Amino acid sequence: MKLPIFLDNHSTTPMDPRVLEAMLPYFVEKFGNAASRNHAFGWAAEEAVEAARKQIAKLIKADSKEIVFTSGATESDNLAIKGVLEMYHEKGTHIITSATEHRAVIDTCKALEAKGKATVTYLPVDKYGMVNPEDVRNAITDKTILISVMLANNEIGTINPVKEIGKIAKEKGVLFHCDATQGVGKIPVDVQDMGIDLMSFTAHKIYGPKGIGALYVRKKNPRVRIAAQMDGGGHERGMRSGTLAVPLIVGFGKACELCDQEMMAEAVRLTAMRDRLQAAITKALEESYLNGHPTNRLPGNLNISFAYVEGESLLMGMKDIALSSGSACTSATLEPSYVLRALGVGVELAHSSIRFGLGRFNTDEEIDYTIKKVIEIVTKLREMSPLYEMAKEGVDLKSVQWAAH
Amino acid sequence: MAYSDKVVDHFNNPRNMGSFKKDEEGVGTGMVGAPECGDVMKLQIKVQDDTIVDAKFKTFGCGSAIASSSLATEWLKGKTIEEAQKIKNTDIVQELNLPPVKIHCSVLAEDAIKAALADYQKKADEKTK
Repeated sequence: MKLPIFLDNHSTTPMDPRVLEAMLPYFVEKFGNAASRNHAFGWAAEEAVEAARKQIAKLIKADSKEIVFTSGATESDNLAIKGVLEMYHEKGTHIITSATEHRAVIDTCKALEAKGKATVTYLPVDKYGMVNPEDVRNAITDKTILISVMLANNEIGTINPVKEIGKIAKEKGVLFHCDATQGVGKIPVDVQDMGIDLMSFTAHKIYGPKGIGALYVRKKNPRVRIAAQMDGGGHERGMRSGTLAVPLIVGFGKACELCDQEMMAEAVRLTAMRDRLQAAITKALEESYLNGHPTNRLPGNLNISFAYVEGESLLMGMKDIALSSGSACTSATLEPSYVLRALGVGVELAHSSIRFGLGRFNTDEEIDYTIKKVIEIVTKLREMSPLYEMAKEGVDLKSVQWAAH
Repeated sequence: MAYSDKVVDHFNNPRNMGSFKKDEEGVGTGMVGAPECGDVMKLQIKVQDDTIVDAKFKTFGCGSAIASSSLATEWLKGKTIEEAQKIKNTDIVQELNLPPVKIHCSVLAEDAIKAALADYQKKADEKTK
């Protein structure tokens, strides 16, 4: 077993060597511009791009003409929300989204609000982090032009009832955008069945290269139009100009093909591994609380708060395991995770959270090591924690008058 | 963010971690911070004849907070009350090479020292009444 161990597969994933192999010919040998229509270099590039488009579309049950390449999911989210608003603003400017969306969606909405271009409803989530479809229905007004709700949350892994939301969107004639960055390639996605009109996803979360993503844009029932946010050569049916990143697109396609073939078996394997990790940790450590939905969540996700210890110190004590925390000390804002706060998790427990993200290349041996390390460091830091000491003495921490700073 | 070697050393090998009984003779206890803010420090001193003969800490917080309080106990031991009053957060920042975002950890440690000294003083005053 090699250290450090990578257990942060929600942030990114290592590239699958099979993906790299597929990409290699497109750097030096087949370097053409896919938009060059008059020579063999261009044709070879275009052919590779169209083959990748098919592989990607197949994974989400779309038509390959509905795939628009972008630089990644952040750009896809921006393009979807700003593009729809700009195209349909005469119909209305109301957007519905949820409190636990990725910053690429929330901050895009906030920016549009600040500029006075849109009004936005941020729906609350339940204690597991799920959006209630009825809340979506009730939030729709005659000015609503877009619903944007994520498929699966990047921190807690909770999977939203996207199909129900899609149905309501159809019923009400409102477009439905879904940020599926964490879900695609991990759980089955069917844009037809789920009633999704626009969908963001990216290659690097599914063992593909960084720097390439896609926006699915529905072509019929209804035909969705978006205003381009990048002017130029009119690539991607005019929706996103810029020379296509052929090697990255080839890698994205291969990554999707592998997910399509292996996803179901991989989900079973990761779920078993994750459940074992969860059971061992929570059995050994009292007052460790699961964040997110107990069952309805991504196979590789585990988010736990360890009462009385702070997240960054936990990460520091497990330097040879790459993990992430909802602690304020690990964020640029000095605020603990807004996702956990939206679930109603107390601030102190949000500071104490650790996210484990299991992926394709993790092994049982790595999980064994992680279990041992987590138990060791939490026990050590609790010994060091005045809060743990007080709790053991029977002090109700909520009744203490803290000198906040 | 990379930690300085000194922060890592204090984190891995905390000095004087533990507790005295609060009502023990000559013990002063300072508890500062709040769980909602992500850090709470408890710092205790044991005083004999105006000199701090022992110090202990327990800290809930990030690595820098743990290191700051660990260092504080190291510095407190052997100092007189008057000398201990003079420990400044900037001394801790310098010794541990704390980056700007972690300066509040050193401030908290200074506050904890001040609080422990004040608690000791209060108890001593009550006794002489």
